[in-house]
Amino acid sequence: MTNYKAITGGEAVAEAMRQINPDVAAVYPITPQTIIMQKFADFHADGLVETELVPVESEHSAMSCCVGAAAAGARVMTATCSAGLALMWEMLGVASGLRLPIVMSVANRAISAPLNIHCDHSDTMGSRDHGWIMLFSENGQEAYENMFIAVRLAERKDIMLPVMVNLDGFITSHGVENIDVYNDQVMKKFVGENKPNKPLLDIKHPVSYGPLELPDYLFETKYQQIPSMEAAKKAYLEIGKELSQITKKEYGFFETYKMDDAKAVIVVINSTAGTVKRVIDQLREKGKKVGLLKIVMFRPFPYQEIREALQNAESVAVLDRAASFGANAPLYGEIKNAIYDLKKRPLLYSCLYGLGGRNIFESDIEHLFNQLLNKGLEEVNYIGLRK
Amino acid sequence: MSEWFFSKQRSSKDIPIGGLMEEAGSSRHFKTGDWRSFRPIVNDAKCISCMFCVIYCPENCIRVKEDAKRGNFDLDFCKGCGICGKVCPVKCIEMKEEAQFLK
Amino acid sequence: MNIKELALNLEKNRKLEAGHRSCSGCGFPQIVRAVLASTDKPIVASCATGCLEVTTSIYPFTSWNIPFIHSAFENSAATIAGVESAYNGLKRKGKIKDEIKFVAFGGDGGTYDIGLQSLSGALERGHDFLYVCYDNNAYMNTGIQRSSATPYGASTTTAPAGKKHFGKAQFRKDLVKICAAHNIPYVAQASLSNLMDLTNKAQKAFSITGPKVLLVLQPCTLGWGYPMDKTIELAKMAVETKFWPLYEIENGKYKLNYKPAKDVPIIEFIKMQARFKHLLKPENQQIVDKIQQNINFEWEKLLKLCE
Repeated sequence: MTNYKAITGGEAVAEAMRQINPDVAAVYPITPQTIIMQKFADFHADGLVETELVPVESEHSAMSCCVGAAAAGARVMTATCSAGLALMWEMLGVASGLRLPIVMSVANRAISAPLNIHCDHSDTMGSRDHGWIMLFSENGQEAYENMFIAVRLAERKDIMLPVMVNLDGFITSHGVENIDVYNDQVMKKFVGENKPNKPLLDIKHPVSYGPLELPDYLFETKYQQIPSMEAAKKAYLEIGKELSQITKKEYGFFETYKMDDAKAVIVVINSTAGTVKRVIDQLREKGKKVGLLKIVMFRPFPYQEIREALQNAESVAVLDRAASFGANAPLYGEIKNAIYDLKKRPLLYSCLYGLGGRNIFESDIEHLFNQLLNKGLEEVNYIGLRK
Repeated sequence: MSEWFFSKQRSSKDIPIGGLMEEAGSSRHFKTGDWRSFRPIVNDAKCISCMFCVIYCPENCIRVKEDAKRGNFDLDFCKGCGICGKVCPVKCIEMKEEAQFLK
Repeated sequence: MNIKELALNLEKNRKLEAGHRSCSGCGFPQIVRAVLASTDKPIVASCATGCLEVTTSIYPFTSWNIPFIHSAFENSAATIAGVESAYNGLKRKGKIKDEIKFVAFGGDGGTYDIGLQSLSGALERGHDFLYVCYDNNAYMNTGIQRSSATPYGASTTTAPAGKKHFGKAQFRKDLVKICAAHNIPYVAQASLSNLMDLTNKAQKAFSITGPKVLLVLQPCTLGWGYPMDKTIELAKMAVETKFWPLYEIENGKYKLNYKPAKDVPIIEFIKMQARFKHLLKPENQQIVDKIQQNINFEWEKLLKLCE
């Protein structure tokens, strides 16, 4: 039974939070994530959730509060982006190191300086090594669905890692779509009950979280995160299959669009994928063999699956909405890693675009596909930049 | 049981995730008594069981009997700081060099 | 609670076990035990990075016989706020029935300086918890560096006394008044030397709902430079010289807990410690005088507030 609501992507994430009904949520404003927690606070004010809302005084305290609450045994969520994510950088490592199943939505926005409130991926890419599972969303509907997957992923006993659900700041967070909001009871049953492992509030079995580990133990404790991250891949597919029964959609590490015989492929993250799909439809009508690979799961990174998906392409442009100064752009670097082992590798190009919310147009994508088909690109390209 | 804590052989699979310490108070397996350079020697006849040494000892290693009388000094943990001797109102605790007691 | 009851309590309920790695002659284990003994309800504790945390939780040994969490340096208050919020959230859903008390520990470094924001936030939000700051006047765990709790004239490794400078050139931050300005129901200053006064304050704090703060003086044998058996003596001298008055503020009303019978000059406190030994030089007499003036001034101010 469909129930469409015309709401922004941020509000869709808040709807998911409402249906999940976490025990604790930390609230701190930063544009453009604020819309998520504001909407959730509205739900709270109307008594639609039983969440304990904690209006903290900074993002660092937001994550500290989440760490305390998750260790205590609560299901806990928050949202942030940009400078807020940067401020809680220390605590991101604490959350993943202590193996706490926190779910956080990130409305991707540029990191300072200079100050910019618009969309790019520098905030989340800056946190990619911190042990959080990272999921990306093309639109509000995907962001909404990713939230439920995130809760199930984080709390699996073989994983116990925090999860970031990313969506484009303003473009997705503030763009109104027709969101198919599934049934409350069905989604409540899907996420199930949180069964915490050795919570602080189990006073009959006192435990100590957050030790000092000397060189005789740290390596082993940190290593434990690696197989758990790996396990997230299989777990994601299993959970996705379960969600499919409700949503009738497929959930993979990435989405491929008209890739089967594609000679020129664009690899991209988040909302720009929507623009690319439109251009692909137009170009396909003209007989051009173009395709899209849209990343959904960035951490753990599905190297093998991407290698298989790209093996028949002739030229691939990887679009990054964040730079890694002094090195390959984040996604480009990962894709290059992924195709290394192919006997016949496609030509690979890096494209930096959209920093600080700079728009990317259909004409840019069309031009890019043409260049790809003609193999007329530099190794590193800039789309929409006044060089 | 103690050996579990001191073994350096345990792999990443043998320990809980995230550095969680599941046995509360497990530091009781770590005997700090070998830090001592001085040992407290008590003259029980003079002791008035005022409890000052008990509450001021950093290691909480001075035992208290059920009838609220001062018990023995747990030398497994005593670091020999001498606070007990200083706070004792009747000066019945003397700090003697540990070397005298080592074989 | 009287001293015998405290002693029996410490024997029976070993909430902070022995085997921790604090220095010989340390002052904070006694403070922690006295606070934890002041309630018989179950307690969950958090602790900021620092001497207390590091010495009591070196993997795989933990001295904590109660549920304990350390997350980072500046957020002991924010972390326990999270635990307390989880408790409220889960209790509301009927998943928890016990009454649990929440205590956050932090040193002066992790409270006055880097931890001030998260403490302030937790106090303002009105979480039901007790914050205990063990104040040893410097960042001791990292090697005796200056904090805003270091006294005027003290030598620390980042504000040492040398040929040109005499150590810390600023007076201490008044944390008690900062906490009181949050309009919390209870904040008190206590000392390791007066442990029964501390337990009375902790008992009172545990009986109050809302945020409470205890600031407790803890001499540090390595950091202050004195023989390890004099820890309690030094804490007592701090109280007697009015360097560390014992008082409480309950719902905005000040109350002095101890008035020294004699006027003991601050030099008696100063001369016991190596961190002040440069002040014994004749050319530094004016610094000692300035310290004494400040103590007199603050004492008079406190007496007026306590009327």
